[in-house]
Amino acid sequence: MDLEYSATEKLFRDDIRAFIGQNLSRDVAAKVLGHKRLSREDIIGWHRVLHTRGWSAPTWPREFGGPGWTAVQQHIFDEECTAAGAPPVIAFGVRMVAPVIMKYGSAAQQQFFLPRILSGEHWWCQGYTEPGAGSDLASLKTTAVRRGDTYVVNGQKTWNTLGHFADWIFCLARTSSEGRSQEGISFLLIDMKSKGISLRPIALIDGEYEVNEVWLDDVEVPVTQRVGEENKGWTYAKYLLTHERVNIARLGESKRELRSLKAIAARVSNDGRPLIEDVRFRDAIAALEIELRALEYTVLGVLSAEAAGRDPGAISSALKISGSEIQQTLSELKMRALGPRALPHVPEALDAGWQGEPGGAEWWAALSGRYFNMRKTSIYSGSNEIQRNIISHRLLGL
Amino acid sequence: MQFEFNDDQLALQDSVRRFFTERYDFETRRGCLAEPAGSSDEIWQAFAEQGFLSIGLPEAHGGIGGATELMLTMEEIGRALVLEPYLSTVALCAPLVADHGTEAQQADLLPRVAAGSLKLALAHGEAEARYASTVHTEARREGESYVLNGAKTTVLDGAVADLLLVSAQMKDRAGKLLAVFQVDPNAPGVRLVRYRTQDGRSAADVFFKDVNLPASQMLGVGDATAALERAVQRGIAALCAEAVGAMEATNATTIEYTKSRKQFGQPIGRFQALQHRMADMFVQATQARSMSILATGRCAAHAAEPGDSALRRRDVSMAKCYVGKAARFVGQQAVQLHGGMGMADELAVSHYFKRLTMIDMTFGDSTHHLAAVSDAILLESQT
Repeated sequence: MDLEYSATEKLFRDDIRAFIGQNLSRDVAAKVLGHKRLSREDIIGWHRVLHTRGWSAPTWPREFGGPGWTAVQQHIFDEECTAAGAPPVIAFGVRMVAPVIMKYGSAAQQQFFLPRILSGEHWWCQGYTEPGAGSDLASLKTTAVRRGDTYVVNGQKTWNTLGHFADWIFCLARTSSEGRSQEGISFLLIDMKSKGISLRPIALIDGEYEVNEVWLDDVEVPVTQRVGEENKGWTYAKYLLTHERVNIARLGESKRELRSLKAIAARVSNDGRPLIEDVRFRDAIAALEIELRALEYTVLGVLSAEAAGRDPGAISSALKISGSEIQQTLSELKMRALGPRALPHVPEALDAGWQGEPGGAEWWAALSGRYFNMRKTSIYSGSNEIQRNIISHRLLGL
Repeated sequence: MQFEFNDDQLALQDSVRRFFTERYDFETRRGCLAEPAGSSDEIWQAFAEQGFLSIGLPEAHGGIGGATELMLTMEEIGRALVLEPYLSTVALCAPLVADHGTEAQQADLLPRVAAGSLKLALAHGEAEARYASTVHTEARREGESYVLNGAKTTVLDGAVADLLLVSAQMKDRAGKLLAVFQVDPNAPGVRLVRYRTQDGRSAADVFFKDVNLPASQMLGVGDATAALERAVQRGIAALCAEAVGAMEATNATTIEYTKSRKQFGQPIGRFQALQHRMADMFVQATQARSMSILATGRCAAHAAEPGDSALRRRDVSMAKCYVGKAARFVGQQAVQLHGGMGMADELAVSHYFKRLTMIDMTFGDSTHHLAAVSDAILLESQT
């Protein structure tokens, strides 16, 4: 047992840190750290920079063009990037659809799609959830009817993240209505430029635009764009959901946000004294830091188990619950630190470089909106109630 | 960085668990509870024969394994609800002797610990200090001896110990310092008020009135403040590990109970309200184990990186706070999910609950350690 990084791991970290220091745009980092609006170019630009070094897909094995890092190295990379304020990896391509294509896709699909995910040429989005199929995803109704060498896809998807930036969408569609609802689903890869796809933005609680409704009207999809076998899509979808074990904890991001919370509490004046001197507020930070430390060492334990070839099982559900609750509490405390300054809603201030009134808004304007936005974390990717079902069924045998 | 245990460590934990399953089941433990001392000398001798009392001692004095082995053993101690003074003797006092005692003192005391002929207790806490480490008990130099006066409160295992390690303030030419003395509980001037604790263990309040101690009874040389702090931190790490074992067992027994108990025509474990509670209990126990590993790792690292005492202090406090809260939650919910049976002495769950509660109340409860972390955050913001 050794809690510290090895000398090799420390060298690796220094290497990552140096690269970020030389290549990450300060303007983009400031936007990320201040929770300002990010453009498509901000995100894809960083992806391209990473690609020049072969790091755009940190989780990929070498055979598909990834760096072939160990779980611990991936963790270090994520921590360093997040801490520095790098834009997030575009998860839907790199972390979600790519592992499915690697494991279940045809050779042609692998050759076509994987290099384009690596280079950033293809931005992917997800077509899973439907208005009537949320937690009960297998009840989805979007259909794909086979006509010769194409499927004709009809239906509606919702809560589609950043589809307005995307080039491709991976979709679950029903190809059979026989048997259990899980049994008639297929996994399709669809070009967003296909005729019949339309998007409508969903206005969110914080007034920002990140998710869409997606309509598919007689969209023609070549059969060659189906992953694996027909009607086996549920297996692939589940693989995708369980493939991501530790990223779901959002450890690096929460460690960064904790530092930011402390900085804010030291900066905000509480009747002439720094707020951090207020015991009640500081105790709330301390309680949160303790929760975060417990999550951190649980994540490190999972990484260590994976490195030793052990399968830590459904533990990712526990990481999701703790990680999302911590993200929410962090955003709540950052908002509460503002006191009455939590009230003003100044959406213009979310654009970088804004210098308007009320004064100082450039740093605090985003915090209340972020609090409202972070309520999503216990709802998406399998709500925390679904995660508790998974723990009680798979881990506790109930 | 790696958190995996090697095969030898896992084999050790397995053998400890097997020993307790075979030799220390719930009914045997009941028998120990009924003994006047509240623990069994026969079992203690068996611990010695199995080598359990040598775990973590220096190799030069017959020790085997280190902090990790001790942690894994403490998990089993918690799972089996062991009443014998293992925590005090092996996790708290023996490492203090190894850390601060002279070579001669180590050679005198440690082999006897390993052989099972010497039970130790740490007499450090005082009533006025509550969880703080303030010591009013004092030792005065008189010729070649020291004279001890003062009182120690809730000395864990003090009622069964053969030797007490007592902290006391002293003045010498260099100023005030904290020392540790070996005190025979039967020595003239030492008075013990023995009692049982809520969880069935034994403890004592100890009063010292002009107790005469030969200079050789002082443990080590020089100020023992840092050594005592490290000893308590190791004790906290051991308690965390014990709590982890007890929580895992509590969760297991709760799951079993809800699978067998039927109401409304079905096992109550089918109800989602109960399932989600047990999922939360599982999450907290899992993360508590991570914190226990962190605490043990930090305490073990102190020799290698003595400069990092602030980091050790903060992480040990974080661990104790998290584990204390988790222990309270798991214990309370386990009793709740057992319904009326959770209130009965007859089932193990009530005993686990009491032990888990008292672990939180020992060496600083979750509120005390939260305050320590909070203070560290303030300090960090000012530097």
